[in-house]
Amino acid sequence: MKTLNQLATGQIAQITHIDATNQTAQRLMAMGVLPGSTVEIVQVAPLGDPMNISIAGRRLSLRKADAQCIQIK
Amino acid sequence: MITQEKALYNIVIIGNPNTGKSTLFNRLTGVRQRTGNYPGVTVEKKSGEFSFEGTSFNVTDVPGTYSLAASSSDERIAVDALTGHIPGLARPDCVICVADATNLVRNLFLFSQIADISIPTILVLNMMDAAGDQGLKIDTALLSERLGGIPVIPVVARKGTGIDDLKKSIKGICSHPVIPAQIVWPDCVNIASDVVAKQIAQHSLPALSPSELRRVVFDSGSSILDRAGFPPAEKQKCLDNARASLVHAGYNPLATEALIRYEHLNALTRDAIIHPEEPVAQKSESIDRLLTHRVWGLLIFIGMMYLVFQSIYSWAGPLMDVIDAGTGWVSAQVAPFLDQTPALQSLVTNGIIGGVGSVLIFLPQILILFFFISLLEDTGYMARAAFLMDKLFSWCGLNGRCFVPLLSSYACAIPGILSTRTIEDPKARLTTILIAPLMSCSARLPVYVLLIGAFVEPVYGPTWAALTLFAMHFIGILIALPLAFLLNKFVLKTPPQPFVLELPPYRLPRMMDVILRMWERGKEFLIRAGTIIFAFAIILWALLYFPRPENVAQTQRTTFVEEYAASENISPAEVTLKLSDDTDLQARLEAHLASAYIEQSYLGRFGKFVQPVFAPAGFDWKITVGVLASFPAREVIIATLGIIYNLGDDINEESQDLRYTMSNEVWKSGPHKGEPVFNIPVALSIMVFFALCMQCGATIAVMARESNWKWAAAAFCFNTALAWVCAVAVYQIGMAIGLS
Repeated sequence: MKTLNQLATGQIAQITHIDATNQTAQRLMAMGVLPGSTVEIVQVAPLGDPMNISIAGRRLSLRKADAQCIQIK
Repeated sequence: MITQEKALYNIVIIGNPNTGKSTLFNRLTGVRQRTGNYPGVTVEKKSGEFSFEGTSFNVTDVPGTYSLAASSSDERIAVDALTGHIPGLARPDCVICVADATNLVRNLFLFSQIADISIPTILVLNMMDAAGDQGLKIDTALLSERLGGIPVIPVVARKGTGIDDLKKSIKGICSHPVIPAQIVWPDCVNIASDVVAKQIAQHSLPALSPSELRRVVFDSGSSILDRAGFPPAEKQKCLDNARASLVHAGYNPLATEALIRYEHLNALTRDAIIHPEEPVAQKSESIDRLLTHRVWGLLIFIGMMYLVFQSIYSWAGPLMDVIDAGTGWVSAQVAPFLDQTPALQSLVTNGIIGGVGSVLIFLPQILILFFFISLLEDTGYMARAAFLMDKLFSWCGLNGRCFVPLLSSYACAIPGILSTRTIEDPKARLTTILIAPLMSCSARLPVYVLLIGAFVEPVYGPTWAALTLFAMHFIGILIALPLAFLLNKFVLKTPPQPFVLELPPYRLPRMMDVILRMWERGKEFLIRAGTIIFAFAIILWALLYFPRPENVAQTQRTTFVEEYAASENISPAEVTLKLSDDTDLQARLEAHLASAYIEQSYLGRFGKFVQPVFAPAGFDWKITVGVLASFPAREVIIATLGIIYNLGDDINEESQDLRYTMSNEVWKSGPHKGEPVFNIPVALSIMVFFALCMQCGATIAVMARESNWKWAAAAFCFNTALAWVCAVAVYQIGMAIGLS
């Protein structure tokens, strides 16, 4: 089960499942991040964290720890 | 709904972050706006007014939010403002929901939640120019129809297009209210709401509206039940029972709202938003790839920060000189009128005019700093800065948003602390406020320049001097971050907080917005800090002036005459004669008297009394008085030292006279009798003390206001103790290893 934090710069994936009990997940779902959405890793910050991701029409800075609630394929 | 014609309507503006809400607010209210606080929280409240065709409108701008499912105090404010739960803010007659036209469906999520509350709403599509650039076509008439007939107004707030249409709509909706069409909820949601309603009735509590019931069902952390008086012990059971029907229908209960709303929104916008055949490549996106690149992004960022600070120092410098000269000029004009009353003359020139000057002198830096911060924020770059810096901060419980406040504190902690309002997480915000004074502010610079120039550079050369200067600036942050870690871990006991930050598309800022924000911050500084700095200046003046026993002037004059006579090998009578027309000699006598007065003053006596406490750090009584005098405001030390060393009060940190005098100061008594007072360890220990101590009454006051007095007092005591310990350590170690 691959999660969003495991992706590398430039990779594109599709969201399969979101752990809705997670606070970050709820904020992201309100922003339009839903199962079936496409996500692209634009860049990763200098020290390896956070990630600049393109998702639901926006660019977000997301910490890898917070990205674990999102499963992708 | 009933038609109502009033003379004054209340409007609330709401929307996702980064949709240009502020620009729209500024377009509507212009300069007729003010910033305040929502009662009970340190969330900024922007309100203003405008008139259109004879009717007046009060406008309140609430913090940007993605959802009414409030998880932060900012978001709670938005909900409360709409439902009329904020004391002093009436339930709005009309809500303006601002949406980014380039990402409309996602922006409509919030709109759809507002629609649930049944208030007259106008949907504003901002950034229509960017939408056009991307090849998007939006059928506003169709949207309006599908949304129940509410106005859908396309605007470009930055350029001002569509604003008149908007004002017309606002007036129209206020007098002829139209509420948006509601979602048709599936049965499972209605069943869940009913379960909650029944439970509320069973506890004989007042009924909740359908939209409130749905919020209770959907939100994981809703405070609605608590506010209604529902017994907390039974809350979870009630929620689980209610959500059972959602589970039964195949939904994940906490994902239900998002799924249903977006399904509805996709259907609603079908054919109303037309995407281009081929997606138009956005320049903004390729710039972003560069600016967040792990190598290039970082380098550009460092360059950017260097440019900003370089500009602040080089532009502020001349302006500060002008203010300094201006203050001096005013003093000189006023002084002659008060020659008859020396105490009043001193109060007016040194106390009052000097006090006002010491406030104004900060203004150029603060304005320039906030000009740049607002500019960078409006372009979208600040979010990238937070992104790049986040890792530096996450380990100690802070986040990337803390970067700007801490960076600003390098110029002055007061605007730094004020700008912590952008930090959502309240504990991260508190920690940032508490460590901000450790960032080496520009008021400390004269002390470093004086001491490094006088003692480090002559002995070790310019390279070491520069390194020492850098080290003094670095000490603060070196201590601040581990301190933040300890604070979060042991005092605040914060669990790790998530950090999600939107990186908005790069946009050209509107100069008027930037200037308005810069001015707002400047005003805030003048009012909040200015009054305190001024008050302290007066108090300090009094402590350094009084008492003024008559005999001091006599005895000191005699001493001066005798000493001068001895050194010049002439008789005291000749000296007295010389004094009557030699202005240079008169000035020296004045300086000698001034120094004696300080020694006699309350602060002087206190300094001598307290000196043993500072002895382990190598301070003699004169340094101690200088340090004490700097407690309300650091930069005072240079002038104070100037006076104490008989050089008069027109001294600055570059003064060669001061450096010379300090180098030749010798202990007159005690264990170091005969040795120079100033050596490298002493210079270092003074600098370290200044680097770490919170010697700024205004900072303490602002800190107290943004958190509370207990925290401010605790921070002050802690910092003073820390400064003392480190100063002592530096001095003792320095002496032990034999630094000259």
